[in-house]
Amino acid sequence: MTIGTSVKRIEDPRLITGKGQYVGDIKLHDQCEAVIVRSPHAHANILRIDTEKAKQLPEVLMVMTGWDLPKDLSPIPMRLAPNEALTKALQFPLAKDKVRYVGEPVVLIVATSRYTAEDAADLIDVTYESLAPITDVHTAIQSDTSVLHPEIGSNDLFLIHSKKGSVNEELKKCPYVIEEDLYVQRHSGIPLETRGLLAVVQEDKRLTVYGPTKVVHFNHQILARLLKIDSQNIRFIETDVGGGFGPRGEFYPEDYLIPYAALRLGRPVKWVEDRLEHMVATNHSREQKHHVVVGFDESGRIHALRDEIFVDTGAYIRTHGITVPVLTQGMFPGPYDFHALEFITHVVATNKTPTGTYRGPGRFEGTFVRERIIDIIAKKLNLDPTVVRERNLIKPEQMPYTNGISALGQVVEYDSGDYPQILDIARNAMEWNQFAERKALAAAEGKIIGLGFAMFVEKSGLGPWEFCEVEILEKGDLTCKTGLADVGQGVKTALAQICSDQLGIPYSKVTVIHGDTDVVEKGNGSFATRGTVVGGSAAWYASEALKKKLLLVAAELLHLPAEELDIKNQLIIHITNQQCLCQLEDIITECRKRGIELREKYTFSIDHMSYPYGIHAAEVAIDSETGKIKIEKYYIAYDIGKAINPLLVHGQLVGGMAQGLGGALFEELRYDDNGQLITGSFMDYLIPSSMEMPEVEIEILENSPSPLNPLGVKGAGEGGTVAVAPAIANAIINALDKYPIEITSLPIRPEVIRDAIKKGPVTNEEE
Amino acid sequence: MKPAVFDYYSPSGLEEALSLLDEFGYDAKIMSGGQSLIPMMNMRLARPKVVIDISKIDELNFINITDSVIQIGGLTRHFQVEESKEIGEICPLLTEGMKLIGHSQIRSRGTIGGSVVHADPTAELPVMLSTLGATITLASSEEYRTLTTDEFFMTYLTTTIETNEILVSIEIPIPPANTGFAIDEFTLRKGDFAIVLAAASVTLDDEGRVKSATLGLGGVDGVPVILDEITEELIGHFPDSDTISECCNRIGDLVDPEPDIHASGEYRKDLCITYAKRVLERAAEKAANRKG
Amino acid sequence: MTQSNLKNIALTVNGKEYTASVEPRMLLSDVLRDELGLTGTHVGCEHGICGACTVIMDGRPVRSCLVYGVQADQAKVQTVEGLADPDGGLHPLQEAFWEKHGLQCGFCTPGMLMSACHFLEQNPNPNREEIREGISGNLCRCTGYQNIVDAVELAAELLSKNKKCDDESSDLQVVQTGRKVNV
Ligand SMILES: Cc1cc2nc3c(=O)[nH]c(=O)nc-3n(C[C@H](O)[C@H](O)[C@H](O)COP(=O)(O)OP(=O)(O)OC[C@H]3O[C@@H](n4cnc5c(N)ncnc54)[C@H](O)[C@@H]3O)c2cc1C
Ligand code: FES
Ligand code: FES
Repeated sequence: MTIGTSVKRIEDPRLITGKGQYVGDIKLHDQCEAVIVRSPHAHANILRIDTEKAKQLPEVLMVMTGWDLPKDLSPIPMRLAPNEALTKALQFPLAKDKVRYVGEPVVLIVATSRYTAEDAADLIDVTYESLAPITDVHTAIQSDTSVLHPEIGSNDLFLIHSKKGSVNEELKKCPYVIEEDLYVQRHSGIPLETRGLLAVVQEDKRLTVYGPTKVVHFNHQILARLLKIDSQNIRFIETDVGGGFGPRGEFYPEDYLIPYAALRLGRPVKWVEDRLEHMVATNHSREQKHHVVVGFDESGRIHALRDEIFVDTGAYIRTHGITVPVLTQGMFPGPYDFHALEFITHVVATNKTPTGTYRGPGRFEGTFVRERIIDIIAKKLNLDPTVVRERNLIKPEQMPYTNGISALGQVVEYDSGDYPQILDIARNAMEWNQFAERKALAAAEGKIIGLGFAMFVEKSGLGPWEFCEVEILEKGDLTCKTGLADVGQGVKTALAQICSDQLGIPYSKVTVIHGDTDVVEKGNGSFATRGTVVGGSAAWYASEALKKKLLLVAAELLHLPAEELDIKNQLIIHITNQQCLCQLEDIITECRKRGIELREKYTFSIDHMSYPYGIHAAEVAIDSETGKIKIEKYYIAYDIGKAINPLLVHGQLVGGMAQGLGGALFEELRYDDNGQLITGSFMDYLIPSSMEMPEVEIEILENSPSPLNPLGVKGAGEGGTVAVAPAIANAIINALDKYPIEITSLPIRPEVIRDAIKKGPVTNEEE
Repeated sequence: MKPAVFDYYSPSGLEEALSLLDEFGYDAKIMSGGQSLIPMMNMRLARPKVVIDISKIDELNFINITDSVIQIGGLTRHFQVEESKEIGEICPLLTEGMKLIGHSQIRSRGTIGGSVVHADPTAELPVMLSTLGATITLASSEEYRTLTTDEFFMTYLTTTIETNEILVSIEIPIPPANTGFAIDEFTLRKGDFAIVLAAASVTLDDEGRVKSATLGLGGVDGVPVILDEITEELIGHFPDSDTISECCNRIGDLVDPEPDIHASGEYRKDLCITYAKRVLERAAEKAANRKG
Repeated sequence: MTQSNLKNIALTVNGKEYTASVEPRMLLSDVLRDELGLTGTHVGCEHGICGACTVIMDGRPVRSCLVYGVQADQAKVQTVEGLADPDGGLHPLQEAFWEKHGLQCGFCTPGMLMSACHFLEQNPNPNREEIREGISGNLCRCTGYQNIVDAVELAAELLSKNKKCDDESSDLQVVQTGRKVNV
């Protein structure tokens, strides 16, 4: 059995010896490099672009403005959650008359080297007439604010409204109603490798593009459409990828510009984004304001919740359309059974970098809001917050459970899960029942400690389908061609394990091929934690079909019914007595003799997502003199149905936690009032280092296998991230229960904590 | 993020470097470790036409300890100071403080002269040198001059060094026996420039009373701030935490830090008090141990 | 490239001598990657924070994005390509990173390995806290560092015993991380 074991990754030997091939590592003969001149203004009219001086610099090969692009060029379309009304807010590859965010591409330069291209960029002279920048959602929707996309008529680009039951009616019945404003800051995936592309026109006139990832086949079609050439004449090749996390691999302006430049120049054109560009050019994410009204009774049971959400979507609608706002709503209810719910979500345009998904899109935001609200309710009622959770959880017997809100075109229907159980597991692991004592003891020593929990439901395995083709080669090696992409998550190893399990061969004999549009027929790519679930199932069935073929031949040779045979350790065995009957190799040879093609394709389709779930818990100690927090213990329990490779799942969760920690305490893409990004370098955008990351204890559970796929798996990619902020916030509030503080905004700054401590404990009379 | 074109010179002696400076004047920039200059050049925020790389001038790379001073050449790298056993014994503040500068990769290249001339108000070296009463020696083709830290640091990233001068060494008076040191800083993330930084030296008399003390703060003003007003109060007293606390609580009246994206002025002020207390207490403790 | 401004440099990388003709402004990271074809050294920020470009120069770890190629004239440089034996045998650190799942996308890995290599030379028996400090100048966006700390711990052990990880001829190398509990 390979499935379920922590085998070492097949990806690693190349990567640890420096033999990885990321797009920046490829060097083609005669290659030249591009640089993009970007807007320094948040909002301005372009009056004039003078490119003469730049063109005259030796070794500059091309200087292009928006006016040099084809007249009939379309804007970059939406990939997910497309919406007709929003097409008027899409972005063109280069701005022509107006720029709407700092970092918007204005001029493309190609020169023999990046160094020279940057020299040329210095010589471009653009005259701007600056306009008032809009940097906040509430200002954006005031009637006297200028409108960024006049054809839509308002900066409140789109409204999503959904509800279950009558919130107003329920609220009337509730003894307690509270209102809270919460804020999640802008931050993003910020992979360690920036984006990059290399486009070349081959001798046969076909265009090859290195560097696309995540949704290779989809982007392949988009490029063909934008360039107006047959997709047969374009080949996309995915290289090694230095981290995905959501932002990478979407279709950006450069994904058009670089291939276009290569076509025009007839030379290979490479572009590697630099870090300062990345911070303004690649999708931002997460920025939302929530206004919550919630009604509950004295037991802490929540009866009604209304959330009005303002999503700061930035200057344009990018490929994700309204994915993030929709997911925020659809996944907001989490593991709880609410009677009445209502969401009013505004998608608001501002003069900031456009946004898209980032690991746990909508759930990081929604989970922070919901899990904070639970603790706020518990505090108000003076109840144990884990008890309030318990009283509101969906019971196992309610499964499958529809939460009444839809997301990505599907009603959210949780497939399976035992939520109360996982809460208990975490309470025990953290010794919650003894915590009050420990806290009192610590207090006696002058130490402030606190413990907080946050629960969540994740989604995984977005369809509609995924493709896999397996083929046995000469020496019994297997190739597995998948429509998934590899963004560093170990997808090759997981697929190899699945094939190996079916076919009884070592996983090291499996070669996984992905991301090459000439070689892999079709694919939907790797996003939304779909890889192992959908792609894995396709690999499972394709291998199964291949196995059937082999066993039929074996049955004939051995004069036994095929149903009684199996393959294990490269041997054909008898099912009942496990006796070895012959070598797999012999059967393969026989098939070849008979001209039987040892190749199978499978397209696995699925309508519904599967929903893994879990809990985070944090114990923190607070330095009362500075407000700095130290995470003493961090714990995640996550039920993913079935772990193909527990080591990889573990890695995903700890890595995901580090990104959640960044979002909780350190990372912020902050703008000033002029619309300038003031945390645009790694000096100011603080990615946690090894010193900030605590040791994380992980409990992987397999108690609720998904009934929706043959493997029972649910995806594991995002659960490490989504509940970090509320777990830590709840721990801080637990620690500071005597102080005047409520955490409703991220990132949590030590300054805020210190402030509350300085004010001193709230006396009982005030309470 | 690639630097603009420049001409590169790599003189092997100080004299040659100084005459290059005379020749190119404002167009030239000295580069020693490059750990501040190169990031700025990569971002094209600095665009010197001429770079004079002094990193091959061996005569500027030394640690020289006499009876009265520790003299460190301008080109001495951070890690060399960090790893010097003699410095660790005579002036442990420097050893402790060095470890707070960035990460080991930065300290492999970064130099004493570069950190001092760069004059970042939250950098460790300027605060340490001010606390230790060090002097700074500059050379031009005409003369050598030696300045106190007060005379040298002007404001944020600005010093009184002239364009034709090179920092050749710093000199730190050997601290008296019975002296303890401490340095500590507040950062959001390990290895970053500090938000607030405090360094202290405390010398005790034979009875264990404070004979002299110095407190230096970084991150509160454009230059390192030495608060003699605070430490004078300690002289003649036993340095127990209450006494130190009482003195330090007055720091809020003496400093007025500017806010930035990482911290408000008020918070910085508050952190100053906390870190001042911490370093003074620890320095006093060490002084007591040294004595004992 | 402005030809007039080119400087000739000679440097030893992983024991092999190279010469190149480069503009003074060319970063060592670019010299290694573009001029010498050693693309194992990665570039993640070009302003000294991320550590992806870390190489060992004259015995010390440095950011190759904060050194100009001309400054490396006559220097001895070690990069990730030089870690394994020439015959392909992995360095104990590489073994340990593989064994402990110390990488995901692998982009930070070369720099991380070089920093860890120097760190273990300086401190052959570190505790976890020291390891964390030792790798703190290298950012990793994927792993959350825990498995990297595990890997460096294991490498220290392997190095001290001068042995390699278990023979990898067997197909299933089950490693004990991912704790699994069924209730
Ligand atoms: C990631 C990172 C983190 C860092 N963290 C810290 C930190 O926590 N604390 C800290 O203090 N620093 C930090 N630094 C900065 C680092 O310490 C620099 O090395 C130091 O500030 C400058 O020293 P240098 O030798 O590299 O100088 P260079 O960069 O070469 O030069 C800096 C300036 O000084 C001038 N100069 C240099 N030497 C001389 C000389 N002898 N005479 C005249 N002028 C000279 C140069 O012309 C230039 O203007 C960090 C840097 C990085 C990249
Ligand atoms: S690329 Fe050199 S430190 Fe980031
Ligand atoms: S493994 Fe991806 S950045 Fe470290």
